[in-house]
Amino acid sequence: MSEFFAEFTQQTFLQYAVLTGILVSIACGVIGSYVVTRRITYIAGAIAHSVLAGMGAARYFQTVYHWEWLHPLYGALVAALISAIIIGLVSLGAKQREDTVIGAVWAIGMAIGILFIFKTPGYNEDLMSYLFGNILMVSSDELWLIAGLDAVVVVIGLLFYKQFLAVCFDEEFARLRGISVEFYYLLLLCLTAITVVLLVTVVGIVMVIALITLPAAVAGMFSKRLWQMMVLSTLFTILFTTGGLALSYGPNLPAGATTIVLAGAVYLAVAIGSRIFRTRHP
Amino acid sequence: MMSLQKGNITMMKTPVIEFKNVSFSFDSFNVLEDVNLTIEERDFLSIVGPNGGGKTTLLKLMLGLLKPAKGTVRVFGQHPVKARSRIGYMPQYSSLDPLFPVTVSDVVLMGRLGNGKLLGAYRGADKKAASKALSELEMSEMRNRPFSALSGGQRQRVLIARALVSDPELLLLDEPTSNVDAVIENELFELLHKLNKRITIALVTHDLGFVSSYVKRVACVSRRIVVHPTSEITGEMISEIYGCDVRMIRHDATAHEGDTDV
Repeated sequence: MSEFFAEFTQQTFLQYAVLTGILVSIACGVIGSYVVTRRITYIAGAIAHSVLAGMGAARYFQTVYHWEWLHPLYGALVAALISAIIIGLVSLGAKQREDTVIGAVWAIGMAIGILFIFKTPGYNEDLMSYLFGNILMVSSDELWLIAGLDAVVVVIGLLFYKQFLAVCFDEEFARLRGISVEFYYLLLLCLTAITVVLLVTVVGIVMVIALITLPAAVAGMFSKRLWQMMVLSTLFTILFTTGGLALSYGPNLPAGATTIVLAGAVYLAVAIGSRIFRTRHP
Repeated sequence: MMSLQKGNITMMKTPVIEFKNVSFSFDSFNVLEDVNLTIEERDFLSIVGPNGGGKTTLLKLMLGLLKPAKGTVRVFGQHPVKARSRIGYMPQYSSLDPLFPVTVSDVVLMGRLGNGKLLGAYRGADKKAASKALSELEMSEMRNRPFSALSGGQRQRVLIARALVSDPELLLLDEPTSNVDAVIENELFELLHKLNKRITIALVTHDLGFVSSYVKRVACVSRRIVVHPTSEITGEMISEIYGCDVRMIRHDATAHEGDTDV
């Protein structure tokens, strides 16, 4: 911890990492609250894993065809949005079982990504950082991209707050009030997709699902309104990403995993604590 | 004066709800068959019938959430989807997530969706309408309470307030008596009776105790539909209608003519 604070003022990559964590936390707090209350965590999980297809493909074209501009984050974004729309359209209209499609998108996305990475020449350490995140590797270009995407997600997520709230709480009633439930559901899934891509830079594909749900779940125990949940959830996410970074830096642990363990520990403590509190003060 | 008379004439001509020869089926199973039903202004109709008899389907056809396979449904003379802004709807509260972080006023404000501007928060007019609806239901003090902390009867009042907040001309309620005790049920009825002075009401219930004296007509639905004025209904008759499909249909033949001139 002390090493982290000592080096923070001198090392740009540490400042970028902390800034990335803070920026991403805002989108995570807003969209995570919708995801948790609308109960679409597993859709977020499927989108997260399908992102590997986009990252792997982008890396492959970068290396083999020298498309230098094709940053893996762009690939991730395209893959995430495609998956979100596929899952959204299936759950809205088609006569397929929704969970089957979620599982299929989840696994097929990973498989495509692994094929691309396997065929990309050279020693491949990318796979590990895609899967488990590497917040310390964020460059200034990436930071700008992250800030832009973050702004898009947060602005849209808050401008349509009343529609999203109504659609998440009571879809049928929202439809009767003239709200296009299909449009807002797809929009929410697309915002979730962008948020997932943002979180992949912090904790990696595998652990996104925890960062999108755990802070919102902790916040939910202290909130009686959705916007309060969003504010608290943002603060908890900032606490977890920054805390994870600080705790992991000295002993040289992976930051993503440390962040998730911290989030999980706080979630468990709060869940057990509130249970004990309730039985003592019924 | 002229315009007032004209208004009266159109009101007489256009019933609030009109079903003409409506059939509806799920897969190949007929849920409703050749249903004719007319609801006039300020009617108070209770729709009863066995589970799977088509009560909820009837309600969803009125709301335009389902399309009839045959026949036509008109609400205020319009396609139900177009008439939605004039309908207040109260779903069963058990269909809602009990953990959802919303307060009473958040829930009621949802009834104002589609009235105001697209982006941003609700306006002052929406908030005024919400507090008016809450005070009509004597729930003003509860407005900042979490919806999840309310009792069943209180939640129902909140959902009725949400249905009323956009000043509907027709109120549709799905199973408003499920999971509440007799006292609450009575209160609910007093309330609906008061509202019925200005709003047409139709409700669905599987609970026959709900045929209160305030209800003006009862529609018995079991694939077909039979409408009785409440005064004609006896307990014995209801129990007959309930269990037995055969009697239901025989009933239908006689009540059908009755229905057309109601």
